[in-house]
Amino acid sequence: MARRRNIQLRFLAHARSGDKGDTANVGLIALEPEYYPHLVTEVTRSKVAKHFRGMVSSVERFELPNLQALNFLLHGALDGGGTISLKTDAQGKVFSTALLRMEVSVPEALARHAMKREKREG
Amino acid sequence: MAHGGQAGTTPPTGHAMKRPIRIGAGQGFWGDWLEAPVRQVRGGPIDYLMMDYLAEVTMSIMQKQRSRDPESGYARDFIPLMERLLPDIVRGGVTVCTNAGGVNPEGCAAAVLKTARAAKLKKRVRVGLVSGDDILDRLDELIDKGHTLADMETGRPLSDVRDRVLSANAYLGMAPVVEALGQGANVVVTGRVTDTGLTLGPLVHEFGWASDDWDRLAAGTVAGHILECGAQSSGGNLLKDWRKVRGLRDPGFPIVEAQSDGSFVVTKHPGTGGVVSIPSVTEQLVYEMGDPENYITPDGVANFSTIQLRAAGKNRVAVTGVRGRPRTDMLKVSIAYFYGYKAIGTLVYSWPDAYDKARAANRVLRGRLRDLGLEFEQILTEYVGVDATHGRLAGPPSPDIAEVQLRVGVRAVEKAPVERFTREIAPLVLTGPPSVTGFAGGRPRVEEIVAYWPALIDRREIEPHVRVRVEEA
Repeated sequence: MARRRNIQLRFLAHARSGDKGDTANVGLIALEPEYYPHLVTEVTRSKVAKHFRGMVSSVERFELPNLQALNFLLHGALDGGGTISLKTDAQGKVFSTALLRMEVSVPEALARHAMKREKREG
Repeated sequence: MAHGGQAGTTPPTGHAMKRPIRIGAGQGFWGDWLEAPVRQVRGGPIDYLMMDYLAEVTMSIMQKQRSRDPESGYARDFIPLMERLLPDIVRGGVTVCTNAGGVNPEGCAAAVLKTARAAKLKKRVRVGLVSGDDILDRLDELIDKGHTLADMETGRPLSDVRDRVLSANAYLGMAPVVEALGQGANVVVTGRVTDTGLTLGPLVHEFGWASDDWDRLAAGTVAGHILECGAQSSGGNLLKDWRKVRGLRDPGFPIVEAQSDGSFVVTKHPGTGGVVSIPSVTEQLVYEMGDPENYITPDGVANFSTIQLRAAGKNRVAVTGVRGRPRTDMLKVSIAYFYGYKAIGTLVYSWPDAYDKARAANRVLRGRLRDLGLEFEQILTEYVGVDATHGRLAGPPSPDIAEVQLRVGVRAVEKAPVERFTREIAPLVLTGPPSVTGFAGGRPRVEEIVAYWPALIDRREIEPHVRVRVEEA
């Protein structure tokens, strides 16, 4: 089996989030088309729920292969949400970046490709 | 149009090939960049200027303003903007579609007519007024008829908060916009028409799409979703390779160039900043996304998993393949009700030991609030610079961190404890941990909380009440 390495999601994906009441959504988009299959297998609903443990009540995941994207709904993420929430990020605008901190395991070659890309583009 | 015909699709048989229709976004919310619509109209050819002013709680803010001044209750910014733009709009044959009317579309439409007459544009401006979305006065009648208007998130019936309701509006779709355009309006002013309906309306009017042509209606809805947040699809707030996004000083707001078959190209005016690319469009597509296969609007259900994006030249992205399904029998209702009060106090603590000082101050503050016997629904402490946006995921801060902002928020149903809280922040400066600053703003403000209550209602209760009136200046 090919060697694997853990890297932060930020090197594999970009993201945007928004809100619907007390739910934040995070759209996670592969930076390169060849990264997408790894997002599908590594960024699972249960791993995301674990990443946000104590910060959200439940997680749903939807796949959008046409956009090389995954959409996550993070329920109970906004402390009431909307105008009720006292949080700085009451509308969940940057919840997306909190997901990009997650570490995922990818083949060594892909990790190298992603780090090179970051050096070039980031 | 100079940029037409590049979507790379064939027109449906039986339809004459019509030139593409260009719809430009001018505002993505109430408070967006004021220069954007001006640049959108003057920077190149567009057929329609679409301006979305309404977010979830905007209606309640407008309702509050209207309760103080019956002439207000709409996006006031829209009138001086029309003063600037009406001559260009008339000369260039541009049609404006906006939900700037808020809770007083009649007042907004009258103000536009007055502006047009003052600008000596009599007979050149025809204002289409769409109303009937406002159901505040009908709530009791509707509840009596058995409509619970239950909160879509919690399931609670509206009767729980009925006496505190401030505004209630059904989301209307594109139909009344199409009707106003059909009657010759060149400025369409609505209340709570969906963001996407403001884009779909012109497309249905121009191309004559049938009201059950679900795929094309879904395509127009996706076009509307791409436009509804302004520059957020053309380089604004774009995370991917953000350092490479140039010219955000003068971002080109997005333009959709639509064909009669439902395909369209997203672009922006030449010479403007920002970028229209597959990543910029994709980030907007996933914004506020729920179940992507079921993007529900009054006009149909769009399936975002069918969208195909293709680079089609510099700052041009082609969108094809969108599929849709029939609309549902229900319309969403946006209800706002009075919830209570909140206040947020902040202080900044500096190096050395900035984080520890801020934490010590938080303990002192909370102890004093307890000693005063104040009761809150919630007290929330955040340390800006440490954990405010990412919580524990951010990990411990550097021990050398230059400064930390202590940010404490409180919320209560009663005003008194919140009011008292606002007087407990400043005393910390001389009675708490050292190296504290950043209190120039004075005592925190007590804010009224107007909360959002999303519900559903049978569309047959709403549609017969929708009115369209076109009046010439």
